[in-house]
Amino acid sequence: MSTSAYSALLVAVMSIVTILLRAAPFLAFKKKIPAYVVYLGQVLPAAIIGMLVIYCLKDTSLLSAPFGAPEIIAGLLVVGLHAWKRNILLSILAGTAAYMILTQLVF
Amino acid sequence: MKTVKAAFVKSLPVMAGYIILGIGFGILAHNAGYGFLWVLAMSLFIYAGSMQYVGVGLLAGGASVLTVILTTVMVNARHLFYSISMLRHYRNAGRYKPYLIFSLTDETYSLLCDGKVPEGTEPDRFRFLVSLFNQSYWVLGSVIGSLVSGILPFSTAGIEFSMTALFIASFTEQWITAKDHIPAVTGLLGTLLCLIAFGPDRFLIPAMLLITLLLTLFRNRISAGKKVDA
Repeated sequence: MSTSAYSALLVAVMSIVTILLRAAPFLAFKKKIPAYVVYLGQVLPAAIIGMLVIYCLKDTSLLSAPFGAPEIIAGLLVVGLHAWKRNILLSILAGTAAYMILTQLVF
Repeated sequence: MKTVKAAFVKSLPVMAGYIILGIGFGILAHNAGYGFLWVLAMSLFIYAGSMQYVGVGLLAGGASVLTVILTTVMVNARHLFYSISMLRHYRNAGRYKPYLIFSLTDETYSLLCDGKVPEGTEPDRFRFLVSLFNQSYWVLGSVIGSLVSGILPFSTAGIEFSMTALFIASFTEQWITAKDHIPAVTGLLGTLLCLIAFGPDRFLIPAMLLITLLLTLFRNRISAGKKVDA
């Protein structure tokens, strides 16, 4: 399979799985949702955000220069700014700008 | 017409966020080698912000179908619960129902979850239009991002950090509001452990399994600490 065809397949998979998740409760609404599934729905989102933070930083090397400095500095900026202002868009824009400046001009 | 206007006004708070995050997605995809048509297709047919950001990485890395299925389930699991809480409002939405369900993103849910509709508007049509306006902002932003990324007067190297920043900000937000930090810490440390053990190309599936297992084991402890914020 060509790379494009395989990518198209993956896009279709993401689309179908997302649609199924959104539609499942409407397709099965007569049955009661198991308590375990409800529990997972409550705790998974927070855990998965943590997983995605690590996923985003997976290729950052702490053992070679610049030792993850741009990621650490920009990441801490996002945490601090967000804790202060609680504005998700502002946190993203400032963090991304800081990272771009750090990687392009400083390190 | 009144319904259209009311829906547009309702959707305004989402407009700036979706256009800017959409532009970020368009540029990110472009830099990973996925141009206009890919961006358009993803924003039209997947229409899930975080998943599209993560999806670009999965596409570029040639991830396995199983990895893509599991990642989509985990990243989008929360949508299941948006749908559950909208069952009552969407149940009798008739011809609008399929699109209402398809387009139930975090932001659309946040606008419609209280179930209120402005007086004098047709409820199903109002919700349909709010959903449609929101997706049009997302599609518009991602298409703009895709088209401008080649002609911007500055280098977009490092723009991929917008995804990292999105998740760090979401993590901070949820840390501040959650009463119980066990799920967040489990996600962070469980994944870190799997990254160290399996390496950057193969840790995602083990991490998802480990997280689910640990949260299952912690169930009594977390449930005992009253309600968990999700």
